[in-house]
Amino acid sequence: MFTWMALQGFGGVLAVVQRILVDDKQWMSIEEFVEQWSVAQVLPGPNVLNLCIILGGEYFGWRGAVVATLGILTAPCALVLMVAAWFSSVSDHAAVQGALRGLAAVVAGLIMATALRMSPAISISPLGRGFALALVVLTFVLVGLLHVRLIWVLLALGSVSCVWAAREIRRRQ
Amino acid sequence: MSLSAQDWLMLFVHMMTLSLFTIGGAIAAAPDMHRFVVDQHHWLSGQAFANSITVAQVAPGPNVLFVAVLGWNMGVQSAGGLSAGWSAAAWGGLGAGLCLLGILLPSSLLNYTATQWAHRHRHRLPVRAFKAGMAPLVMGLLLSTAWLLSGEHAADWASVARGGITVACALLMWKTRIHLLWLMAGGATLGALGWI
Repeated sequence: MFTWMALQGFGGVLAVVQRILVDDKQWMSIEEFVEQWSVAQVLPGPNVLNLCIILGGEYFGWRGAVVATLGILTAPCALVLMVAAWFSSVSDHAAVQGALRGLAAVVAGLIMATALRMSPAISISPLGRGFALALVVLTFVLVGLLHVRLIWVLLALGSVSCVWAAREIRRRQ
Repeated sequence: MSLSAQDWLMLFVHMMTLSLFTIGGAIAAAPDMHRFVVDQHHWLSGQAFANSITVAQVAPGPNVLFVAVLGWNMGVQSAGGLSAGWSAAAWGGLGAGLCLLGILLPSSLLNYTATQWAHRHRHRLPVRAFKAGMAPLVMGLLLSTAWLLSGEHAADWASVARGGITVACALLMWKTRIHLLWLMAGGATLGALGWI
């Protein structure tokens, strides 16, 4: 079941998971799905996998969580390693390297689009739009351009940001 | 470059620590893996690192599998390349399994125990503050990964063209419902023809 969903998910599985769980199987409503999804997003770990663990755990206990995880990982993992192995045997061709450069540019765009989809959350952020945007830029400069260790950036900026958000949310209530 | 047992252990521990910081997906931790694997230890070249992410993104399945591909490439390279035959595949498999387990185990355990709690307390201040506070950082990390993937940034025509394609694809995917495979096919064709 989860394997089947994973194999349909080119470039990310979210849309497929939603269509199957909510529309086809009707295991949950769209509201339930969105809520579970936002929980899965806030916690560390791959979102789709988090969702599998939450759902598998909710319906079938920890065994369900393990089965769902294995289900969504095993087949795609084997497939992607085969692609990687095949790729390294042809990687010397100029055309293949060119194609990969082109693909990398597209994939970079895909990840940028994921960031852009978060922009509504930024503009209604309790932090205030200006402060939130400054945090986006600062994180990008520190991690992307200056290669500062992720853990320090998250601890320093993250704690300031969370404390500030808590203050603002409390003030509004 | 060959990796010792100690190196593998270091890699595993690094993945475990990163695991708890992969808010917004494992791809958000890619810049830090790059710093550790490429800049600090030289276990992979920058090119091989970027290729690993691209290969994993092109194949179907959860994005986190790029971590398995990274491990695979490190294992194969450490065994002397694919020409070494089955031993290379075995080392690759070991690397892939180790990296994937490292990046998944801590976050999955946390996830399993924390979701029930967070669900019950979703209206509480700490949960909401955490969500709101982390959002801008996650966005910055995603942009960093996009920057890393778009390759070497030089002041030549090819770099500018690649950047243009990246931004165009981002806008198309954000604003339209175009299928990703069309964009990928387009990018691969332009690249294969040597235009970018």
